[in-house]
Order: sequence, then structure tokens, then C-alpha cells
Amino acid sequence: MSETLAELVRGLAAGRFSSVELVDACLAAIGRHRDLNAFITVDAGAARAAAADADRLRAGGGQAPLLGVPFAHKDIFCTAGVRTTCGSRMLADFVAPYDATVVEKLRAQGAVMLGKTNMDEFAMGSSNETSHFGAVRNPWDPARVPGGSSGGSAAAVAAGLVPAATGTDTGGSIRQPAAFCGITGLKPSYGRVSRYGMIAFASSLDQAGPMARSAEDCAYLLAAMAGFDERDSTSHARPVDDYVGGLAGDLKGLRVGVVREHFGAGLDAAIGAATHAALAELERLGATLVDVSLPNSAMSLPCYYVLAPAEASSNLARYDGVRYGYRARDYRDLEDMYKKTRGQGFGAEVKRRIMVGTYALSAGYYDAYYLKALKLRRLVADDFARAFAHCDVIAGPTAPTTAFALGAKSDDPVSMYMNDIYTIPVNLAGLPALSMPAGFVEGLPVGLQLTGSYMDEARLLRVAHRYQQATDWHRRLPPLS
Amino acid sequence: MEWETVIGLEVHAQLSTRSKIFSGAPTAYGAPPNQQANEIDIALPGVLPVLNREAVRMAVRFGLAVEAAINHRSVFARKNYFYPDLPKGYQISQYELPIVQNGRLQLDLDGEVCVIGITRAHLEEDAGKSLHDAVDGMTGVDLNRAGTPLLEIVSEPDMRSAAQAVTYLKALHTLVRYLEICDGNMQEGSFRCDANVSVRPRGEARFGTRTELKNINSFRFVERAIEYEARRQIAVLEGGGSIRQETRLYDADRDETRSMRSKEEANDYRYFPDPDLPPLILTPDFVAAVQADMPELPSAKRERFCADYGLSRYDATLLTATRELAAYYESVVADGALDPKLVANWVAGELLAHLNSAGLELAASRVSASHLAGLLRRIRDNTISGKIAKEVFEAMWTEGADADSVIAARGLTQITDDSAIESIVDEVMAAHPKQVAQYRSGEEKVFGFFVGQVMKASRGKANPAKVNDILKRKLSA
Repeated sequence: MSETLAELVRGLAAGRFSSVELVDACLAAIGRHRDLNAFITVDAGAARAAAADADRLRAGGGQAPLLGVPFAHKDIFCTAGVRTTCGSRMLADFVAPYDATVVEKLRAQGAVMLGKTNMDEFAMGSSNETSHFGAVRNPWDPARVPGGSSGGSAAAVAAGLVPAATGTDTGGSIRQPAAFCGITGLKPSYGRVSRYGMIAFASSLDQAGPMARSAEDCAYLLAAMAGFDERDSTSHARPVDDYVGGLAGDLKGLRVGVVREHFGAGLDAAIGAATHAALAELERLGATLVDVSLPNSAMSLPCYYVLAPAEASSNLARYDGVRYGYRARDYRDLEDMYKKTRGQGFGAEVKRRIMVGTYALSAGYYDAYYLKALKLRRLVADDFARAFAHCDVIAGPTAPTTAFALGAKSDDPVSMYMNDIYTIPVNLAGLPALSMPAGFVEGLPVGLQLTGSYMDEARLLRVAHRYQQATDWHRRLPPLS
Repeated sequence: MEWETVIGLEVHAQLSTRSKIFSGAPTAYGAPPNQQANEIDIALPGVLPVLNREAVRMAVRFGLAVEAAINHRSVFARKNYFYPDLPKGYQISQYELPIVQNGRLQLDLDGEVCVIGITRAHLEEDAGKSLHDAVDGMTGVDLNRAGTPLLEIVSEPDMRSAAQAVTYLKALHTLVRYLEICDGNMQEGSFRCDANVSVRPRGEARFGTRTELKNINSFRFVERAIEYEARRQIAVLEGGGSIRQETRLYDADRDETRSMRSKEEANDYRYFPDPDLPPLILTPDFVAAVQADMPELPSAKRERFCADYGLSRYDATLLTATRELAAYYESVVADGALDPKLVANWVAGELLAHLNSAGLELAASRVSASHLAGLLRRIRDNTISGKIAKEVFEAMWTEGADADSVIAARGLTQITDDSAIESIVDEVMAAHPKQVAQYRSGEEKVFGFFVGQVMKASRGKANPAKVNDILKRKLSA
């Protein structure tokens, strides 16, 4: 399926095809491309039934934009009655008795969930290789990773298995796979989308967001996902902007911040060139480029790799084999049960982060690591505040490289972590950012990251939409067999 | 050497909110295991806590009652440790910034007034319960209690005797029930106490090494556990040993404390601010609204009872132990326009004795305030004597009837008619000429004998004052 979600929305409204037809086409594509391993669970029966319901509702006058539109959820969102694994052996058979708020909201709009997409275990990874259910392949080159942690969602959209999918982003988990797979993905401001029912990795950084072909698609999805939720005390009460209605407009007068530090060592030269070309295009469309600096962003990585594991070490304590999830078969006593359950139930990367986080919070180290990291986080956020005094959005590369080969970084966690150098500062500051296709290097997609000030999603989407009206990078399809 | 015991108490009061502190599940006690635990209480993946506003109100109410500082910004933290009855693997509690700080509670111990400092009071969630040997010799976990709101009230190490500690604990117990923030039920664990105990030579300024005593969930056990522990520590020190900082468990059956774990074995709880809960910000309006809604506190009520009713501190303390008892007392006084001291004697005496021996709460009393007032009115208007009144009370308690119907049914009306009493006196004098002669020859101590005989002959109904007058007159004639 090569259409954008927005085109499907219009096609359904015009009666050019039915939801059942769309869902069948998606299911067929999913079946053809099983080798991508993009899905952990496909719920064909429920999807067909929901599509038939949607078609009936539409025949009866139903007009919700997403009514009957097929999509997939990252397997981090709890879905009542359909298992939610979070990419882990720990939850391989876990079925939640409730829907995440995001799941509830998309269902209420009539969107049809086809299944749950593959992901790095507990969203910890940048390559989707830490999944208990196996690595996902990049549709542009099956020998390469799709990025992570929302790798299954990115691959599924890029390969046309679904027009859109949800993702979550703690340090870049929507934007980096979107860049690697050549799609558009938006991480909203912290607090814009409810985290209720979304399995926590690092609570102060996690945000759910849309992944699709275009900014317009993301606007449709975000409109359905965003909003205050009384079940999430960190969700924001501010009314949701009209993202779809706000897409129109040109870029005249728009000040685009270009971050000096983004173009230093570590950035692939060809990506640098593609980024500059994209910036030039924005300029051509009426924007002014402004030089800005984020001097503390270099410290984002160490800061993030203290805070996120610290929160994770606590968030993942509930997986203890007592009430649900995996429990080791043989154990001597309670402590042995805990050790074996968690030793066997979690993969290596998850265990590494739990240990790092536990260490950072330990008596005697808390001040040196956790508190210090909190202070750095403040400095990083202040950098952005200063930069946004001079510009409206910040544009730069999403990732320093294109998709790397499967296995290339599996044994080198720090090199893997470096992949998120441009995305992590945004999470630390709680800001919205999207990645959109902005060219190719050696046949692999390059992403351009646009970062906005707090709750400025509508502007980000408008800028990206204008760019996508002038370019066709987001229209390119991978050469799938 | 003379030793001084130093005690600080940590009290966990379950707040009587309808729902849990971070979820909408009910808090009622006694449901079958795991029937009152929802997805948040059992910590399913992805769920989030939402703070119960009512628990916050109750904590502020307590803070204002102990004249504490109410922190307009307080922070929930996670206390991390693994245990099967702790579903999330952490307890949400307030650590560095509690909601209530620097309070005080005034005590009245044997007429001596002292002030105990309250370091802090913070909100947290209760854990579930592990039921050992519950299922085929295995341990079961009941998560009904998980997430029940607790107010942990930490005192300064200001107490110097077990008796003082118990007085403080009782005052706190009275206070939380006055404030209607905790039902105070110690059997059900709604009001629990840990004690930090150390000893030092009298006159020493530094504190000794303390031990923490757990599992002391009655006033009596608190007293006994502290006394035992102080004796133990003194014996260790006098024997040349030193005290280990440790947690000790009180065994009520053996009346001793046993080591549970030493400081070295203590958990590293890895406290950090809970990222799921923003800092709790209290507006001045919120605090003012709680203040405006404060009931009269036990100490104020006690002072008022002394001043307005002329009661002793002892009686005033007793009668203000619960809001209900104080209200009962005041209602009797007001109903009958009665002598407050007489009412105090009856409420603190007959009424409490009957309630205690029947094991009843005041609300279930078989003699209502208006019935008791009716009885006391009959004493005042001389319908019955104080002695007969006890008999009437007994009947009222048994039959649930009012005083007048008991008096009428049993013919207990006091004989106040002079001629009737005179004829009884005449009869008694005629029957005891020897004693009459004794009296008249100056042995006035036989007067009591005559009173007794007259009362006996009237079956207790003769008005004692009149009996006195008439006897005196006739014997002296």
C-alpha cells in the first residue's frame, strides 16, 4: 500500500474503497512480508470485524476522519484481550485487562488496529535487535536495522504493511527509526499524550506519538491521540490544537535554528550534505536560517544514560514473577525465584540498564550520578529555551548515520547509544520533535529532525507539511521483493 | 549509674478515605483476599498513580491540628525494595519533602504538662499482606491493603519513659479520631506504632545507639516492649557491651524483643522522586478551607471542660477521650441543666463501667444521653436517692427503658413525706430502746445505726436528708 493515511482518509470518505478492502490489503501485505518481522502479533479476525463495523458506521453517516483506517500499535501499548509483550520474554504471554488511553482514543475514532509491532525489549535499544521476538529488517535493505526502539512500526509503515502506526520515544525511539526507514514520525511534547497503559521505560521521558508517511498523516493521528487524561498526572491540561486544520500556511518569516554543534565530529559527511540541502529547501520556501547553539547537548548522552536507566531500574521492578508474566520454573526460595525469573525473563540490554540505574540510585552514588544528571538536564533544557528566543523551530540531522548493518553494533553499546545524540536532548527538555525524510545516502533514507518549543506541535507539522509539498522524499518506496 | 531512656515513635495511621491513595479501589477492611485491588494496586504494566485529594486534605488537617508547617510543595518519592506484597517493587512515599513538618503535641501526664515534637508527617501507600502458610503450606499474597493511604507521623526523640510514650500515643490516637482521619482500630492495623529506643547515663547530652522496635500494636505492648528494651540495653551497657543499631521485633507472648536485622543488613531503598507524580502543590486557599473546617481539638475541649464545667483534669481528659463521649457528656449536662460534676461522675462511672463490661462502643450504649439526663433529674428533684439511682440505672441498662418508667414500675419513688418518715422513725426508736438510751446519754455514734435502720425499713426509699433531720429531732426530744 503506497497511499498516505491522509489519502486513505479521503478515499474512505469518498467511498472509493471500503475499510474491509483496506484491511484485507494490509493483511495480505503483512503476510507477504513476514520476513521483515515487523509484527509480534497480528489480530486479523478482530481487524476484519472492526473494519466491517467501520464500514457500517460510515454507511450510517459516521464521519470521524480515522473511521475504518487501518493501523498498528507498537507492542508497548496495553490492549485488552490482545497480548502485550513489550518485546520481552517477561511479558511474552501477558494479556492486559485494559486498554491504554491511546488505544482507547484511536478505537473511539474508529481506527482499525491490525496488530502489535515489534520493538526493542522494553523500548531499550536503537536497532530493534534487543527484541525477544527477533530483529526487524529494514525494508530499504533487509541486511540493515530499521532503528529502534519503534523499529517494527517504522518498518511496517515504510514497507506499506500499514499506512500508520503508533510509536513511543524516550530518547529517539520514534524519530531515529523514522529516519532509518524513510518515514515521518513525531515525538510530542512531554505531557501532550497520555502515558496510561503504555508500558513505562523512563517515565519522565517517555512519550507516545504517530509514525506515518507524511506530516499530514501524523497530524491526523496526533489529533486522535493527544489530550489531557485524568489517569496520567503528568499529562497536560492545555487544549489540543487543530493539527490538521493548522497544516496550511507558508514558511514566510519562519526562523529556522541551525545548531552549530550538530555538524561536528561523528556526523556522516553525506548526511551533513543532505541536511544542508534540506535546510536550503526550507530557506527557498521562505524560511530564514538562524545560527543557534546548544552548548550542553554534548552532555545529554551521559545525562540520559543515568536518568533513563535509573527510572527504568525502578519501573521494571514489578516484573518479579509474583503476579503475572514470566516466572522461572525451578527455584529454591523467594530470592532464588526473583533472581532466576529476572535473570531469564530479561535480555542483556535490559539487564545492563537495570544494573546501571540501580547503581546510579544507590546510597553514596545518588548525588554524584542521579542528582548531577538532573542538574545537567536543566542545563540542556535552558539551552533550548535560549535558542528558541532566536528561532521558531530547530532543524538538523535526526541521526548521525543511516541505517547500519544488523549486528554491527550489537557488541558495542556505547557506539549504539551515540546514535541518539541528536534526539536525546529533546526528550530531556520535554519538547516536541519530528523526523521527516530528507534525502538518501547510498540508497538509504536520511531524516531531518525538526524540534519545536513546548506544545508547538502544530507549527512543526505545518513546516514539515510545507516541505513535503515541495519534495517527494516521503513518497519514495523501498524496493521490496 | 542512673540511666535515662530516650524514645521516639513512628506511627502509621491509615487514613479513612473511601478509595486508595493512588487508585479508585475501595479501602474497606475485611474483604476476601485480592477483591479490592485493581490494575493499579497490583501494578500491571503501564498503569499510573493519581493522588487522592481526600488523603491530602486529611494530612493537612492533621498538620494544622499539631500546629505544624504545611509545606505548600511536597514531593512523592519511590522507596525501592523487593517483596511479594509490594506489587510495584517500590512504595510511593514522601521522603525529602513531606507534606507536614515541625509540629507539636501537648501531653498531660499525671498533671504535668509536656510538649512532644513532631518531626514530620508524610503521605505514603500501605503494602499488601503476606499470608504465610495460607495455601497448602505456601505463602499467599493479599493485595487488598496495597495502596491504602497512610500518614506516617514521626516524633522527635522527646520521650523519657514508656509511660510517657504511651501517653503520647494515646493522645495521637485520640487526635486522629477527633479529626476523623483514621478509625484508630489497632486490631485491624489502622493505627500502628514502631518505637526508637536508646538509653544514656542521666545528664549525658548525646543520644545512645538506638534500636527500632517493630510489631507493637497495642498501648500495652508499646509500654512493655519499651520497658523490656530499655532494661536489655542497660544490662548490655552495664555488662561492658555496646548496643548495635538494629531493628528488633517485639514478641508479645514471650514479652521480649528479638533482633530482626542490623543496620548493615538494611536495604538500600534507592529513594528518588517519583516521575509519575508531579510535586504536590497546595494553594493557600486549600489550606485555609481545611483550617476553616477544623473541629474542636481534644486539648481545647479538655481545657474548656475544666473551665466551663469545673471538672478535674483527670475527669476532663477521660471525658474528652473521644468526640462521641464528650458529645454524650455535654448533651446530658445540657438536657437536664444538671450539675456538671454529678454528670461527670455518672458518665465516667456507671456508664463507662457498663460499656466496658459489655464490650460496647458508646454508639451502642443501652442508656442514651437523654435517658441518663432523665435519671439524674430525678436525683436532683429528690424523687430518688443516689443509691436508688444506681438500681434504676441497672434496670434502664437491662430494659432500655427511661428512668421514670423504671421508677414507677418498681415503686422506687423516694419517700419525702415528713409524716411517713416520722412514723418509720418512731417504729425504729420503739424497737431499739437500748440504743435510744445510749444516744441520749451522749453516745452520738449510734446515730448511724438509726439511719441504717430507717433506710432499711423504708427499703432505701426514704429521703436521707429528711431522715437525718427527723431522727435528730426525735432522738434529742
